[in-house]
Amino acid sequence: MMTERYPCALVMAMLLIPVSGIAPRAAELDIAGSSSMEVRLFPHQISYAGQRKSMVSPSLSLEPEFVLETDDGTDRLTLIPFARLDADDDRRSHFDLREANWLHLADAWDSRVGIGKVFWGVTESRHLVDIVNQTDAVENTDGEDKLGQPMINLNLQTDWGNFALFALPGFRERTFADDDARLRGPKPVQQNDATYDSSARAHHVDFALRWSRTLGDVDIGVSHFHGTSREARALTAARADGVSVFVPHYDQIDQTGIDAQLTRDAWLWKFEGIVRSGHGNRFAATVAGVEYSFYQVADTSADIGVIAEYQYDGRDRSAPGTLSDDDLFVGLRWAANDAQDTSALAGLIVDRNSQETALSFEAERRLTDRWKAEIEGRWMENVPADGFLAGIKNDDHVIFRLTRYF
Amino acid sequence: MTHLNLLPLQRNKSHWPLLLAGAALLALASAPVTAETPEQKGLAIATEIDKRDIGFGDSQAQLTMTLTNSHGQSSIRKLRLSTLENTDTAAGDKSLTVFDHPRDVKGTAFLSFTKILEPDDQWLFLPALKRVKRISSANKSGPFVGSEFAYEDLVSFEVGKYTYKWIRDEACGTLTCFVVARYPLYENSGYTRQITWVDQAEYRVQKVEYYDRKESLLKTLNQTAYQQYLNQYWRPLKMHMVNHQTGKETTLEFSPYTFQVGLNDSAFTPNRLKKVR
Repeated sequence: MMTERYPCALVMAMLLIPVSGIAPRAAELDIAGSSSMEVRLFPHQISYAGQRKSMVSPSLSLEPEFVLETDDGTDRLTLIPFARLDADDDRRSHFDLREANWLHLADAWDSRVGIGKVFWGVTESRHLVDIVNQTDAVENTDGEDKLGQPMINLNLQTDWGNFALFALPGFRERTFADDDARLRGPKPVQQNDATYDSSARAHHVDFALRWSRTLGDVDIGVSHFHGTSREARALTAARADGVSVFVPHYDQIDQTGIDAQLTRDAWLWKFEGIVRSGHGNRFAATVAGVEYSFYQVADTSADIGVIAEYQYDGRDRSAPGTLSDDDLFVGLRWAANDAQDTSALAGLIVDRNSQETALSFEAERRLTDRWKAEIEGRWMENVPADGFLAGIKNDDHVIFRLTRYF
Repeated sequence: MTHLNLLPLQRNKSHWPLLLAGAALLALASAPVTAETPEQKGLAIATEIDKRDIGFGDSQAQLTMTLTNSHGQSSIRKLRLSTLENTDTAAGDKSLTVFDHPRDVKGTAFLSFTKILEPDDQWLFLPALKRVKRISSANKSGPFVGSEFAYEDLVSFEVGKYTYKWIRDEACGTLTCFVVARYPLYENSGYTRQITWVDQAEYRVQKVEYYDRKESLLKTLNQTAYQQYLNQYWRPLKMHMVNHQTGKETTLEFSPYTFQVGLNDSAFTPNRLKKVR
């Protein structure tokens, strides 16, 4: 499966070049990582004929980390494979190289070559500016899990700010739930029949550039991306057996983004905005809001953060769909600041026009030095028949996860 | 700092008014030397502590943090600390903290630019998301990673952060200590005052008592196993904090420090925070 998606030979070549130079100077191989047992509970009935009826859906995942670094810390090889085995969703059972790269650090610059992960942005309810890595959508509905992205990345630290340059050879297709799995959407997705604007298909080389700087209380970034959209448009097609299906289509886009945060006292003022062309008409989208923290609430060591964000997206129907066209997000973050790092985050997103609502809850606590427990819940309310969430409205779920670190 | 009395008042004669006026002026001008107030003496001690640490350049150390609750149960954190001296006296030092243990927070890193009275600049790196977050530093009195150390207990010492008052001299172990109260000037401190014991031999802070906003004794810090580096700079290799109100304790044990390893500003940036390990 992987060979179809990566230019594997290129990645191997990129990694082999530094290995020969580094190995003699390397201090030791550091092995760490984690393994999780997860159970997803789906309390509601299935929506579509042929979907598996299991309401209790277990899975296992493994994510080891291998790091080899020179004594002086200037060169580092990182390998982080990831695998999940899911009892009910054959596509959620998947393997990915989250990282397989060579990092070189110099005083004024650094470079990363291989498969890596990059995050851009500041807001909590939507990651609008973040575009380098594809979302690993089968992992979780929160969009926080990403597939490893092949890259040649150069970062320059200058008096005028940081400049990050990326050449991204090899596109990663978004992952979708299997036809008979939960969270699959209104039609089966023909994941392997994706179509592209570019004749190079997944081999199109994308480019990205980001300038970022700290100016007193403000951290700001301006970025541009030219290449294959990470979001897919859903084209309707008929499968050989006559079933109506979605085929993902990946447009060539240009996206310019700004992300900024003003940090003052206990207030964080956040803004992300993009302008994107390539899916029909050019459009703008933004997420803006505040986060305020109350520290040592009621004379305990706990903190409570209140988050409020507004989401706007001006895209029309010729672009991939989004929930965030005109929505309000309100969130509450709680951190006990205890020895177990117990924390929780609850949030809801409400569409201002349809009142379509998505709720989410996450909590975690360290059990011992090696074990951590997590609970997550996702609910949907007021979903109209033509709502963005209509296809998965019966797929409210709760996740219990137990992770062992090694 | 000796208490020389320069006032020639015993020679006071009514027909020498000009000389008298001159003497009065001289008396005013030399007042700090002639009658050092407890505040001036406290400030002088703090200034001397700071002066003795000038020029350390940069340092690195590993530390083990042991958190013990009132039932005696303990948990351990391991972290690495890098510090870069700021030679500009208008701002404080830069520090970078990387967590190694427990494993679920391995790779989490914390970058801080200490200021004098302004809020510090702080960034947190979350390795799972590869995300650097600028965080509020208003939480000065909050617990650092669940320990009995508040953020404000761990930032670099800068003279301008406090006003001072010398209280007395007294024996501290085999040494003699200045006992000096310091009163935070920066915003959001959890303390009304701190009483410090500073040994007269080397100006090392041996003990600190922290008084909360209600003026009750909150915590006591003991710094021991002092070691000298580069024939000048003293560092305690053990710091023990006990919270008298909760019964919880935290011990920091440092591996020996290394000084002047050649760190520079380029390693202490939000951009580089994404690449630490």
